[in-house]
Amino acid sequence: MGRPLTVILALGALLLFVFSQVTFVVTETNQAIVLQLGEYRFTARDPGLYFKLPFVQEAVYFDRRLLSSDAAPQEYLTLDKKRVVVDHVTRWRIIDPIKFFVSVRNETDARSRLDDVVFSELRRTLATYNFDVVIADERENIMDAVTIASKQRALDFGIEVVDVRFKRADLPEEVEESVFERMKAERAREANRYRAEGEEQGAEIMASADRERIVIVAEAEEQAAQIRGEGDAEAIAIYADALNQDPEFFAFRRRLEAYVKILKQGDMIVVSPESEFFKYLVDPSPQLEVGNPPLAPAPVLESDE
Amino acid sequence: MSIYDRGGPQGGPPDDEDNEDFGEMLRQTRDRARRLQRFIILGLVVVVVLWVGSGVYIVDPAEQGVVLQFGRHVNTTEPGVNYHLPWPIQNVVIVDIANVRRAEIGFRTLEGQDVRRILEEALMLTADENIVEVGLLVQYRVKDAAAFVFNVNNPEAVLHTTTEVALRSAVGKMPIDGVITERRAEVQENTRSYLQELMDEYNAGIMITDVRLQVADAPDQVRDAFHEVVRAREDRERKVNEAEAYREDVVPRARGEAKRILEQALAYQEERVRSARGESERFLSILEEYRRAPEVTRERMYIEAVEQAMANVEKVLIAQGDSSVLPFLPLRSIQTGTPSSSISQ
Repeated sequence: MGRPLTVILALGALLLFVFSQVTFVVTETNQAIVLQLGEYRFTARDPGLYFKLPFVQEAVYFDRRLLSSDAAPQEYLTLDKKRVVVDHVTRWRIIDPIKFFVSVRNETDARSRLDDVVFSELRRTLATYNFDVVIADERENIMDAVTIASKQRALDFGIEVVDVRFKRADLPEEVEESVFERMKAERAREANRYRAEGEEQGAEIMASADRERIVIVAEAEEQAAQIRGEGDAEAIAIYADALNQDPEFFAFRRRLEAYVKILKQGDMIVVSPESEFFKYLVDPSPQLEVGNPPLAPAPVLESDE
Repeated sequence: MSIYDRGGPQGGPPDDEDNEDFGEMLRQTRDRARRLQRFIILGLVVVVVLWVGSGVYIVDPAEQGVVLQFGRHVNTTEPGVNYHLPWPIQNVVIVDIANVRRAEIGFRTLEGQDVRRILEEALMLTADENIVEVGLLVQYRVKDAAAFVFNVNNPEAVLHTTTEVALRSAVGKMPIDGVITERRAEVQENTRSYLQELMDEYNAGIMITDVRLQVADAPDQVRDAFHEVVRAREDRERKVNEAEAYREDVVPRARGEAKRILEQALAYQEERVRSARGESERFLSILEEYRRAPEVTRERMYIEAVEQAMANVEKVLIAQGDSSVLPFLPLRSIQTGTPSSSISQ
């Protein structure tokens, strides 16, 4: 008959309904608090199946994962009275849902409260450092200090601050233009330096090349003069050895050679017809003085060239 | 319930005359009700089978399945056909773990090859308080599917902002010249290690596989000035090269010149010595012959020499007794006036 089936169906539906009313599930990504007519009963933090009273109790869920709060960038003053724009991001998670629920209610409110805390910690901490170390060396230390200080204060909201990190730490926009101008000036200086260095190094190399050239040639000339001198000396020695055999004959012969060589066409010579050479021109049988033939008088020489 | 609803209109108060007809109708209705009942049971069975069968799922080779039982992570399944108890007891989250994902800082790759720069992300301060433009590409994959799914709200966004944190921290510790030139690898490595450290701290289940600087350059406003420096540096190189070229030209030539001077000197030496020897030999030979008949030879040599020497010169013969004439003789006019040789008196 239809009746048992109907009963089974009805019972099944009822069971499902009751089951859904007396249980709730907490997953790996969330956590819950159970309120009984608005009054806190218990917290379900670990994932799994939980039981509650139907209708009068309700589960309010919160995220269990790491959450982020990325506030708008803010301007701060550093110790050296420079302005720095810091855009930070805060990572946090809800560790005490009921405290969280009571103090900040939901994530949106929590973010703005948390941001207030971090802003004030940042302002306080940044004011104790100079601008240059905020950008570079002390960046991590400042972030850690802000994290620790914020962590303490956020516990009141049932929130654990995991870390506060600087996404950006920049100069204010109005200063940017002057930074660019400074960068340009620095670069122009550098460019000039490179060009001047080029001239310097070029001149240096060329001068040293010139020096090298002159030294090489001078050394060669020095050596050449030595060699020539040696040649001359040797030649003189050789001549002397030979000529010393009969210096008088050498003098005679060499002079004759010289006469031949030095008297050229167009030269004029004034001689006496009574000279030894021309003696036969005047007298066919003079007294010959063999061995000593002076060509007197001394010749007057003029050249056409 | 529907059985009675359907039966209702047809099972109204019967007419006496239609009694048999009514009994017939009642039988038919009952038959229909039984068929319907069987049909519903069949339907229920099908629903139950489908419900139980809904736990079958397939994990692709690049994926892992994270199985939750009443919200609690109980199992991580490998690629293949798998089964979980049907909802609401168990459910599965399938995560792609092999695929390399990417995040871009300072630019976004649009459809196709177009790239759009995002200057507010790309411009950052260096240690020497210059502003540099940086574009960074991060590649990562999921190393722990459960951690990736459970621990961080919106892990992709967290990775993106954390990359900015790490990148700006790395760039902020380095002067601009390092960032845009020889220390780029250092920026990449510092960013990668810091990023990985933070992601591990968040237990995000993410493995950074690659961090690459796509852009590291001076911002548009000052780029010309930077290029000018590069040009100046090249000018310097050029000057040095030109000077080196000059040296390469001058020094070998000088060496050649030196060689020439030396060789000339050696030649001179050789020449002098040889000619001295030759002349000496000649002198000695002549001397030898001369000694055999000195007077005649001497006379002959003298005459020959004077003959040769006087052959081509103009000669002016002046008698010795008349020496008083000599001072007044206009030698020059004689020479210019009469080209041929002349003899006065």
